[in-house]
Amino acid sequence: MIQFRSEGIFCPQADVYIDPWSPVNKAIITHGHSDHARPGHKEYLCHTLSKEILKLRLGSEISIQTLAYDETIFINGVKISLHPAGHIIGSAQVRLEYQGEVWVISGDYKVFNDGVSTPFEVVKCNSFVTESTFGLPIYDFDPFEKIYTDMNDWWQNNSKDGFNSVIIGYSLGKAQNILQHLETNDTRIFLHGAVANINDALRFSGFDFKGERLGENFDRKKLLGDIIVAPMSVIGSPWLRKFQPYRIAVCSGWMALRGARRRYGVDKGIVLSDHCDFKQLNYAIRETGAENVYVTHGYQSIYAKWLRESYGLNAVEIKTMFEPNQAEEIEEGL
Amino acid sequence: MKYFTELFQAIDASTKTNDKITALVEYFRKAEDQDKVWAIALLTGNKPKRPVKTTDLRLWASEIAKLPLWLIEESYYVVGDLAETLAHIVGNSDAVKGEEIPLHVVIMQLKDLLTAPIEDKKDFIQTFWLKGNKAENFVFNKLITGNFRIGLSKQSVIRALSIYLEKEEKEIAHRLMGKWNPAKETMNSLFSEESLVSKDYLPYPFFLAYPLEESPSSFLGDINDWFLEKKYDGIRGQIIIRNSQVYVWSRGEELLTDKFPEFHILNGYLPDGTVIDGEIIPWKEGTPLPFGIMQTRIGRKNLSAKALAEAPLVMVCYDLMEYEGVDIRHWPLEDRRKKLLELIGSEVLETLLIPSPLVKLDTWEEVAHFRKNAREEFCEGLMIKKKNSPYETGRRRGSWWKWKTDPMTIDGVLIYAQSGSGRRANLLTDYTFAVWDGDLLVPFAKAYSGLKDKEILKLDKWARRNTVEKFGPVRSVKPELVFEIAFEGINKSTRHKSGVALRFPRIARWREDKPAIEANTKDDLVAILNSVHSE
Repeated sequence: MIQFRSEGIFCPQADVYIDPWSPVNKAIITHGHSDHARPGHKEYLCHTLSKEILKLRLGSEISIQTLAYDETIFINGVKISLHPAGHIIGSAQVRLEYQGEVWVISGDYKVFNDGVSTPFEVVKCNSFVTESTFGLPIYDFDPFEKIYTDMNDWWQNNSKDGFNSVIIGYSLGKAQNILQHLETNDTRIFLHGAVANINDALRFSGFDFKGERLGENFDRKKLLGDIIVAPMSVIGSPWLRKFQPYRIAVCSGWMALRGARRRYGVDKGIVLSDHCDFKQLNYAIRETGAENVYVTHGYQSIYAKWLRESYGLNAVEIKTMFEPNQAEEIEEGL
Repeated sequence: MKYFTELFQAIDASTKTNDKITALVEYFRKAEDQDKVWAIALLTGNKPKRPVKTTDLRLWASEIAKLPLWLIEESYYVVGDLAETLAHIVGNSDAVKGEEIPLHVVIMQLKDLLTAPIEDKKDFIQTFWLKGNKAENFVFNKLITGNFRIGLSKQSVIRALSIYLEKEEKEIAHRLMGKWNPAKETMNSLFSEESLVSKDYLPYPFFLAYPLEESPSSFLGDINDWFLEKKYDGIRGQIIIRNSQVYVWSRGEELLTDKFPEFHILNGYLPDGTVIDGEIIPWKEGTPLPFGIMQTRIGRKNLSAKALAEAPLVMVCYDLMEYEGVDIRHWPLEDRRKKLLELIGSEVLETLLIPSPLVKLDTWEEVAHFRKNAREEFCEGLMIKKKNSPYETGRRRGSWWKWKTDPMTIDGVLIYAQSGSGRRANLLTDYTFAVWDGDLLVPFAKAYSGLKDKEILKLDKWARRNTVEKFGPVRSVKPELVFEIAFEGINKSTRHKSGVALRFPRIARWREDKPAIEANTKDDLVAILNSVHSE
C-alpha cells in the first residue's frame, strides 16, 4: 500500500506522496518545516493551520487544499485523514486506509504537550512510520514544566545581573513554544525578523504571540535586561553584538549532551525539544498497536533493532536521503 | 557532593575563564576543608584509582535501566563520554535527593571498594545511582572513571586559590607541583607557611615560552638583548639535588628519576640545593638523536644495558633556579646562566649535562633564516629569551619565546572517519589518511585537529553521505578527499603499514584543489624519512 521511493513516501493507489523531497503532482505535507514542505509540487494538501506557513515559505501562488483534524477525504478509494502530531502548530500525522489496511505516517511528532500545538493523539494502525531523531536512551527529556521554569529562572537572573537574554530557537515551532511560556510582566520581548514573520503568518490563523519585531531603526540603547528571541543563524553573527551585554541560550533537544552544548559555546543549553525522546517514542509506537514499524530519520538502524528485540515488532530501518547533522538540525527546529 | 556538583556544572556551562574562577572561589568559601583538598586534586588532574572496571559499570547500568548492553554501547558512541552516557541512562531526574554525602566521603567509599567483593561494588554503585539525580550521577561516574577534563586549566585553579587564600599565584603553583596524595593532605599541610620546608623533592613550576607566530623583528627590539638557543625535541625536565638526593621531574610533573639512571650519580658532583632546568634528549657523539629513539626506552619498566647504550641520554641545561639552596629565580637570566655554567663546567659532567649552546646571530633576518633551516641544525627551531628575564611560572608572553620551524607536510587521502569524543562527540572528527602504494592506499596517519569548526561540519556531512562501510564507530569513506598533513618528526615503524610513524600529525589544510590521484605516495614518505635521518 505504501512504497518508500527516492522521491519520498508514496501511496500508488491514491497516487499521492507524503512530504516528498522532489517535485511531484500531489503531496500531503505533515508540517511546515523546510525538510518536509519542499517547493515545486503541483498540488499541496495539509492541515488548515499549516496553510499560511506554506504560503509564506513556498509562495502565495501554490495550490493548497486543507483539512481539519479528523476530517476525511477519499482519493481513488483510499480514505485519508490528518491527526494531531503535537510537533508544531498545524503538524499532522497522515492516516491512510485502503481495503481494511491502515497506515499512519507520523511526520515529526512529540507526546509531551507544549501548550501551543494541538496535542498528539494516538492513531491505531497496522503500519506506523516513525522518525527516530532522539531514538536513543540517552535522550531522556525533563517534563516541560520543569524546563519552562528553568528558562524563566535563567532570564530573570540575567535581568537581575543587568544582562539581556538572547534565546535561540527555530523560528517556526520552537519560537512559539518559547514565547508561550515566557513569564514576563514588564520585561520586553523582541523578535528577530524570521520569528516575527512566522508570528505574522500565524496571526491569520488566529494566533497571537507576544513580542515586538526588531525593526531597522531599532535603538539598542533602549535594551536593558530584555529578551530577544532569534533563530540559530544569528550565532556568531554581528547582528548579536548590538544586544551587549547579553547571555545566550539555545533551545534544542541536542542540548541534552554536554558535547553539543560546548560545541555551540553558548552560555546555556535548554533541553526543549519538539520531538520525542526515547521514552515518548516507545510509548507512542506501542500505543498505535502497529505490528509493522518503519523507522526513518535519526538513529533508524539502532532504534529499529531495539523495537524488534524488546517489543517483538516487525521494525525496519528506512534509509532517508540525509543522515542527521546537528548544525542543520537545530536550524530545522529539532 | 552538592556543592562540588554545582561547581562542576558552573565550570562546564561557562566559556569564560573569569566566570570559572569566580565559581571556584565561591566553592572554596563554602565547602568543607577536606572536600576542598579533593576538589583541588581532581581539578588539577590528580585522579583517584579506578575502583571498578568500566565493563562492569555498563553492565550494572544496563540492569537498572533494563536496556541491552549493545544499546548502551551505541549510545556511548554518540555521547563520547562513558560517565555522561551512564548518567543519562540510569537517569533519575526527579529523584528526591537523599542525605547529602560530602565529596571526600564519597571518594573514600569508592576507595574502599577497591578491595571489596564485586557484589558490594555493584550494590554501592547501583544504590547511589538510584538515589542521585542526573547531574550528581554524572559527577559520581566521573569520580569512578576518573577524568575531570572540563575546560579548566591548572592555572585557573591556582588563580582561584590565590584569591581565596590571599597568597601569590607563584607560591600556590609551587605547592601543587607533582603528584600528592589528597588523602594524606589537608588545606593546612598543603598551603601553610611551614609546609614547603619538608617537601624538598618538589620542583619549581616550569616557565614556558610563548609561541611566536610571526617574525620577531618588528617587536622584540634590539637583538643584543636576547639569548638565542636551539630548540630541541626531548623531554623538558628539572634535575633537583637536595639533601644528597637526586630527583628528576618532567614538565608533566611526573617524577621520572627511575627512568633516567644516568643522572643518579649527580649528587656526587653537584652541591645540595641545586635545581637545573633543561631538555632531556638522546645524544651521541656531539649530536642529538631523533626523539623516537628515546621513546623506545621511556615506556620500559626495566632498563637493560642494551637500551641504555642505544639511547644514551643527556640533559641540555639552560637554566638554574636554585643555587646553594637559595631560590634565584628572580635573578636576571644572564646571571643565572653564568652560575649554571660554573656549576656544570667540570669535565666529569660534560657527557651528562651539556650547556645549551647559544646561537650567535646578528640580525633578526639571520634568525628567520636559521629558523627556516632549523632541521639542518638538528633542532626544531629557536628559543628566544631576554637576557635580563626572571624565571617566571606558567606560559607567559613577553620574555621567553619559541619559534619553531615549519612542519613537514604530505598530502594524504581520507579513508576512514570516526566520531570524536567530548566536544566532538556525534561528529566525525577523527580521521585516518592514506598514501598511494601503487594502486593501493596505505594508511599512514591519524589526525584529529587542524580543521575549523565549519570545515568539520562540512566534512561530517560529506562523510555521512559517502560512507562505504561501517564498523562500529568507524566508517570507511570513498577515497576522494585530499588533505595536507603536517608533522614534526618521522621515524621508521614496523607497526604501521606505511612503514613510518609520524610525530604530531595534524591537518594543515583541506586540499579541495587536488583529486585523490594526486595525493602523495609511500615512496614520497620514505624519501622524507631518508632525508631526515641521513644527516
